[in-house]
Amino acid sequence: MEFDFAEEQPKFLMLMYGLIAFVAVVGGLLLLLDVVPAWFARRREAQLVAASTGGGPLPRRRKPREGLFALFFLLPTLLLLSIGLVVPALRTVLLSFMDAGSKDWVGLSNYSWMFSEDSIVRVLLNTLIWVLLVPLVATSFGLLYAVMVDKARFESIAKSLIFLPMAISFVGASIIWKFVYAYRSEDQDQIGLLNQVVVSLGGEPRQWLLDSPLNTFLLIVIMVWIQAGFAMVVLSAAIKAIPADIVEAARLDGVSPWQMFWQITMPSIRPALIVVVVTLSIATLKVFDIVRTATNGNYDTSVIANEMYNQAFRYGENGQGSALAVFLFILVIPIVIYQIRNLRQQREG
Amino acid sequence: MTTATPTVGAGAQAAGKPTTTAGRVRNRLNSRTATLVSIVIALLWTIPTFGLFISSFRPEAEIKSTGWWTFFTDPQFTLENYQDVLFGSSSSSGQLASYFINSLAITIPSVLFPLAFASLAAYALAWINFRGRDWLYIAIFAMQIVPLQMALVPLLKFFSTGVTVAGVQLMPAWNLVDEQKFAQVWFAHTCFALPFAVFLLHNFVSQLPRDLMEAARVDGATHPKIFRTIVLPLITPALAAFGIFQFLWVWNDLLVALIFAGGGNETAPLTVRLAEMAGTRGNEWQRLTAGAFVSIVVPLVVFLSLQRFFVRGLLAGSVKG
Repeated sequence: MEFDFAEEQPKFLMLMYGLIAFVAVVGGLLLLLDVVPAWFARRREAQLVAASTGGGPLPRRRKPREGLFALFFLLPTLLLLSIGLVVPALRTVLLSFMDAGSKDWVGLSNYSWMFSEDSIVRVLLNTLIWVLLVPLVATSFGLLYAVMVDKARFESIAKSLIFLPMAISFVGASIIWKFVYAYRSEDQDQIGLLNQVVVSLGGEPRQWLLDSPLNTFLLIVIMVWIQAGFAMVVLSAAIKAIPADIVEAARLDGVSPWQMFWQITMPSIRPALIVVVVTLSIATLKVFDIVRTATNGNYDTSVIANEMYNQAFRYGENGQGSALAVFLFILVIPIVIYQIRNLRQQREG
Repeated sequence: MTTATPTVGAGAQAAGKPTTTAGRVRNRLNSRTATLVSIVIALLWTIPTFGLFISSFRPEAEIKSTGWWTFFTDPQFTLENYQDVLFGSSSSSGQLASYFINSLAITIPSVLFPLAFASLAAYALAWINFRGRDWLYIAIFAMQIVPLQMALVPLLKFFSTGVTVAGVQLMPAWNLVDEQKFAQVWFAHTCFALPFAVFLLHNFVSQLPRDLMEAARVDGATHPKIFRTIVLPLITPALAAFGIFQFLWVWNDLLVALIFAGGGNETAPLTVRLAEMAGTRGNEWQRLTAGAFVSIVVPLVVFLSLQRFFVRGLLAGSVKG
């Protein structure tokens, strides 16, 4: 065995430092929160005792310092959120109006670059295809499956099979599917499942991932494969929450399964359906790992998140990368507004 | 919890049986097609993983020349791929054992920190009265929608050059080298996880019975005491749910690690290494298949053993909005 365990020791040491820091910070905070009020209480008691023996006026009882407690409970979260999220996000907005090295203001030119450069327009178009297809297809598959295995004999196993890809990383999933799409020239045996199927049906093997625009759809398959499980679990729970007496009453009225689905199931699970579609849309907008692992954004498959990474961290174009990030954020907002509107309607209705 | 799934009584099925023969046949057929379609979907969803799994045990020459399905007619089995990809010393072999340790070192603190901070914050937002509480909660809630891409460039700059306001250095650069860069990744993951963590835990904490809290207050318990002795034990399922979430997210993450951990075998996790191998050695299937499984196995075990908590957390986090 060539692997040298001793070389890995600094990592474990660092991990240990991390854990010690964790215990120190959290334990210290809890201890502080315990000790300080106790100290105040004791001081107050002493004051009371002194006041009663000395016959002086009783000190005014101060209001409990709830706010102070809240501050300490919230301190780590607020500190980290402002350093790690709020300030950087605001800075990114500023950077998107500056040049590559973040020196001079360039106005809106990063944004006009985004819509005039052909390769970037292609990226935006690809993102649009992703965000239209993934939620739709993944939700359809999830719903179809949830309805079909509902109360079936091996329901929990059947659900686990679909759900399992959620545990697999996007990188792992991309490798799994790259293997399915693998290509060997016509005179060799195929090693990829898809080409094998094509060949055995009498077709010619193809280099699937090099073939635009088909390759974008093949990458979308990977995302659908991962996310259908999420849709299935949420929708399945919603289906099971439909009151039994409604289902029963419909059955007694003799509705067909088809009518049952459209007139009972669908309206009842509408809120869950919206949540799934919204969640998947936002996740899809930010998709990065799949594109990067499978094609590295080549052959016209790049999406916004991937292009943002390339611009900001590979080409050193901070301004253009930031503009793409801001655009991503702007795309998320209408989806969220739609979601909030729906929630409000639900509460009022 | 309203997310518990009530099971519909078995009687519901029996009661709906059609009486005519034609009706019964049609029903049969319906359930037949349903079964068939669901089996097809289940197969579509499992076969790709299964094929990769089989391949990872086949000798290199076999993987590269024949499809994995020939394994069933001509079984050849080897563990060499795993040996090579985990412990091989040549730079092309993967050296995944080293990256595996990196993944562990990144993941454990990145789960613990947000878990602790968020449960403290969730308690304060639910049970301590102070001015502006609701607004603060809404603000943290809203931060969930900020794509982490918005934070990457400035945060990296924060680590590498520190904070300078109007020429005054407020915070020095972190200047981390090698394995110290883990701290950057922990920091980034903790920040990015907090909005969702606070939201999810707040959902649970705020549903604890008010009487319980008031009784404890009347008995003279302080907030920290209530938090430690009453709240924490009661929200263990929620903590588990978020813990699994965060574990899967961090273990499987590529973007944050790529930016904050760098690419070397001192700090980069499995995902970074695998993505790199898929790019530069896309045809070394004997390594990619085994490597992919090395990275999949830990989350899979965690996921399968704790699926119940995960599903509960998923439902609480998504449906209740």
